[in-house]
Parts: sequence; C-alpha cells; structure tokens
Amino acid sequence: MNILKTYKIYIGGQFPRTESGRFYAVKDQDGKAIANVCLSSKKDIRNAVQAARKAFGSWSERSAFNRGQILYRMAEMLEGRKAQFVEELMQQGQSLEHSKIEIESCIERIVYYAGWCDKYQQILSSVNPVNSSHFNFSVAEPTGVVGVLAEQSSGLIGLVSQLMPVIAGGNSAVLIASEQLPLCAITFAEVLETSDLPAGVVNILTGSAIEMLPTLAEHMDVNALFLSNAGKGLTTEAQLLAVDNVKRVVVKDEDWTKESNQGIRYISSFQEIKTTWHPIEQIGGATSSY
Amino acid sequence: MTAQKPLFSQVPISPCVDKVGVEERVARFQTRSIKGASKLQGLSMVLSMIDLTTLEGKDTPNKVKQMCYKAAHLHDAYAGLPTVAAVCVYPSMVPIAKEALKDSTIKIASVSTAFPSGQAPFDVKKMDTKFAIEAGADEIDMVISRGKFLAGEHAFVFDEIAAIKEICGTKRLKVILETGELATLDQVRHASDIAIHAGADFIKTSTGKIQPAATMQVTYTMLMAIRDHFDRTGKMVGMKPAGGISTSKLALHNLVMVNEILGEAWLSNEWFRFGASSLANDVLMQYMKQVTGKYQSADYFTLD
Repeated sequence: MNILKTYKIYIGGQFPRTESGRFYAVKDQDGKAIANVCLSSKKDIRNAVQAARKAFGSWSERSAFNRGQILYRMAEMLEGRKAQFVEELMQQGQSLEHSKIEIESCIERIVYYAGWCDKYQQILSSVNPVNSSHFNFSVAEPTGVVGVLAEQSSGLIGLVSQLMPVIAGGNSAVLIASEQLPLCAITFAEVLETSDLPAGVVNILTGSAIEMLPTLAEHMDVNALFLSNAGKGLTTEAQLLAVDNVKRVVVKDEDWTKESNQGIRYISSFQEIKTTWHPIEQIGGATSSY
Repeated sequence: MTAQKPLFSQVPISPCVDKVGVEERVARFQTRSIKGASKLQGLSMVLSMIDLTTLEGKDTPNKVKQMCYKAAHLHDAYAGLPTVAAVCVYPSMVPIAKEALKDSTIKIASVSTAFPSGQAPFDVKKMDTKFAIEAGADEIDMVISRGKFLAGEHAFVFDEIAAIKEICGTKRLKVILETGELATLDQVRHASDIAIHAGADFIKTSTGKIQPAATMQVTYTMLMAIRDHFDRTGKMVGMKPAGGISTSKLALHNLVMVNEILGEAWLSNEWFRFGASSLANDVLMQYMKQVTGKYQSADYFTLD
C-alpha cells in the first residue's frame, strides 16, 4: 500500500505538527502529490527560537571535542539512511546519479565540519601585542541563536552546508527548509534526533519563507541570520528587519555542491571575538614570560 | 478595629469540594483567548497586581535594594507601565526595603510566623510579626501551622491567625495555607474558611517553597470560599495565588477566573495579588511583543 506520508516539523527535540494546523502538498514533476508537509506559522518560529535559546547555553559550553563527536555521529547516521534520502531526492525530481552524489557530498561535508569543531578556535583566536603592561588575547565565542533560511534550490546539500558551520561553532539554530524541496529536511531532523545532538540545538520548520523569514528577522532573541540565494527582495527585507537588535546578517549566495564552498570562513561568520586585557607586571612581559 | 473577637465556633461547616467538577471548570477558563487591546489591559493589570518576591536564605541587603528598584522601574524603556503592588521579603529585610521604597507607593509585605515552615513556638511567631510591623511592613504574610491543622487541631490554627491579626491591627494580613501540604481540596476549603473567619484580609495559596503551589484548582477552591463568605456576610476578602505562576498566559487565565467567580470588584491590587519572582519579566516581554509586534529577548529586560 502506498501511504502519503505527512511530514512533521522539528522543535526542541520533538516532532510536533505546526500549531496552526495548516499543511501543503509537495508535488513531483508531473504534478502528483508525494507528501503532505506542515505550513508552519509565526508561533512555530516563536516556539523554535525559545527551544534554541534554551539549548544554546549547554551546547556552547560543551567541550569542542564532544561537539565534534556528535557531528561525526550525524555523518554516520546519515550514511546508514542514504537510501531513503536518495529516494526522496528522486521523488522531488532529481536523477539517481545526482541524488547519490548529493548525499555523498553531504556526508563528507558533515565529517569535514566535525573535524573543525576543536580546531577553529586556535585559528580564530590570538595573542595580541599591545603597548602597555597587559597580556592581551582574543578568543572566539559563538554568536547565539542563528536563524537559517536554507538554500531553496536544493533538497539537502544547501541545508547541510549552512547548518554544520553554525552548530560546529557552538551556536543553536532555527532553520526554515526549502519550500518546494522539504522532504529531506525533515528526514534529516530524524538523523539529528538519533545523533546525540541535544534537543533544541537544531530546529527545523517547513513552509513559506516569505511568511516566516520576517518574523525570524525581527525576533529580538535571534542573534544572526544566514541567507543563501534568498533573492534581492527578501534579503533586503530581512536585513532591514534585523536592525533593531543589530543581528548579524550573513548572506552567502553560493553553489553549495562545490567543494570549495566549505571552510572556516563559514564558522567564523557566526563567532564573536572577545578580547581580554589582563594586567601584568611589565611591558614586554607578554612576549617570553607567560 | 472590629468590636467583637472572632470565634472558632462561628466557622461554618465547609462544603465538600467536587474535584472532578473543579478540574472541568478550571479547564474551561484555560480555553479563553485574550487578544489585542484586552490582552494589553490584562497584562498591565497583572503587572500592577504582582507582589515581587525574594525569600531566600541568600538574600542580601543589596539584592533586596535591587529588587525594590525593579519594583518601581519595571521597564523604563517604555513609558506608562504601572509599578508592581508590593515587594515581599523576610522581616530582617523590611528596613532595607522601606528605605529603598520611601518615595514610592509600593507596599512592603513581610512574611512572618517562622516562614516557611511555621514550626516555632507561638511567642516567637508573635515577636516575628511585631518585629516586621515595627520595622515598617505594610502587610504581613503569615503561614498557618499545617502540622496542627493536619492533626485536627483546627481551633489552634484559628486562634493563631486571630492572635496575629490582632497584632497586625490595621495592617493587612495575608494567610498562607501552603496548599501543597494540605493534600486535598476539601482540606484547602476548610483551611480557607478558618482563615477567613479568623480575620484574614487575604488568603494566599503557598510559600513558593513546596510543589505543587498555586494550581488553578486550588485557587478556584479558595475563590469559592471567598465568594461564599461574601454572599453570607457582604465582606470582601482578597486572594493571592503564589508560586508556580511564571507565564503571562497562566496569569491571564487566573484573572479570567477571578472575574467570573468574584466579579470585577476583585480586579484590582487591593483584592487580588500574584506572588511571583519571575512572572514580571514574562509579562513585560509579552507586553512589549504586543506593543511592537516583535518577539522579545530576555537580554533586554533586567534580571531583578
């Protein structure tokens, strides 16, 4: 029997339906319905941000090594469910060959960022020469709750490429999935749920970006936005709404299938540099005596 | 001062409480949706009814001063917000609160009678109360002797409340039943009747130290006791749910309940209070969400 699956959303480690009770049908290329998906609302955004805020504290304080372990576990879980993802990508109109390549790239990308978890700190942090009796050093700290509008033109690779650097750096995330290609996003939430990732670190909503992004952009408890190929209109609107609490708005209109579009620069986009001036006895003490 | 002394023999026989009925009625209050201008008005009313509370062993004079400042300046970024009704502190902190709030109309409530357990000799409880009043407390929040109540010594509990009320004189007395320790709604109702007849100006659910605290079922039962007393005597008694009310939604549901059981006359901080420490910030955030249309962040509201 062919059952039309109803995909739910992912908030705080749970899979609720949207509080609005709305849904929309996702269709294949022939216009045939392949699944029902939640049409999330503003209140779902509110709930997701609340969950992300709650999760942020302990996630950002975990040891970097442990964050790396959890990301690596995600890659393992994704590897084990490859077939399902390939099938979903094909349902959404992609060829078998391309779908396989996309999943392989996703797994590689997760492993790549898992490796960065306990290494970016050394590269982004520094000891700074100053002209006074201070030991002066700068360290990277996660920005906070990051709103991610997933690349709308891809089913999984965009989402993975945006999400991984955000959480590798100790942030928590609220992600709006691709409106037309949402199936893998929710199946990916099932992967996250079985990867020891604490509840609320990643929250995934499906529905209309035009409807939800403004709420996310003006939310005072969201510290940064990550947009990819959102179009000029929506990007500008988000940038304007983000002004009130001086959110970072990171716009990367990349082709995420390219291996060159991964790297520490995506992690550092969601890090704040904290500089400490620590008094010492004498100028120059910061060179050889510490 | 009232002329005649209250007598235990005048406490009416408390009716039995239909627990299932209470739960169903309470559930219906929680389905009301309050939006737009009514919500703003409701939230503002909630703020004005809060007894901002700190009752910890670790309270320091500066912590109390800070809370008093917050009581008078809930969120200065937005003009036109009310202040809270009162601050609620331990007797030893009353002089500090008095000094901090000398230029405001915010009342100072002090817990007494060996709060929170009430397990102290009667003389100590009386001294505790006198100390708080002499230090300048406007209101006294006393605890009843739950041990005695549960042991069936209801007259003892009654006399204790009456004696404390006598010490309070014109200062208003809130009587804490600590419903979380009374086990059944029948006992809550009985304790309410005893407190009301012994001279309580307010009856209050909990100390905040015991779970469950101010559940809506318990508050409902106490409101019914107040209602029956009013129907019988025409005298109003105040109500203060305390402990566990930390969200705006729950606070608004409580207001709906008060309005339906007791009526509009009780919808002011003279007759209804919330005992809470974290409620104020949630209400403020909801209020600002309503005003600006944007979801708010705790980062922009003072901690205490």
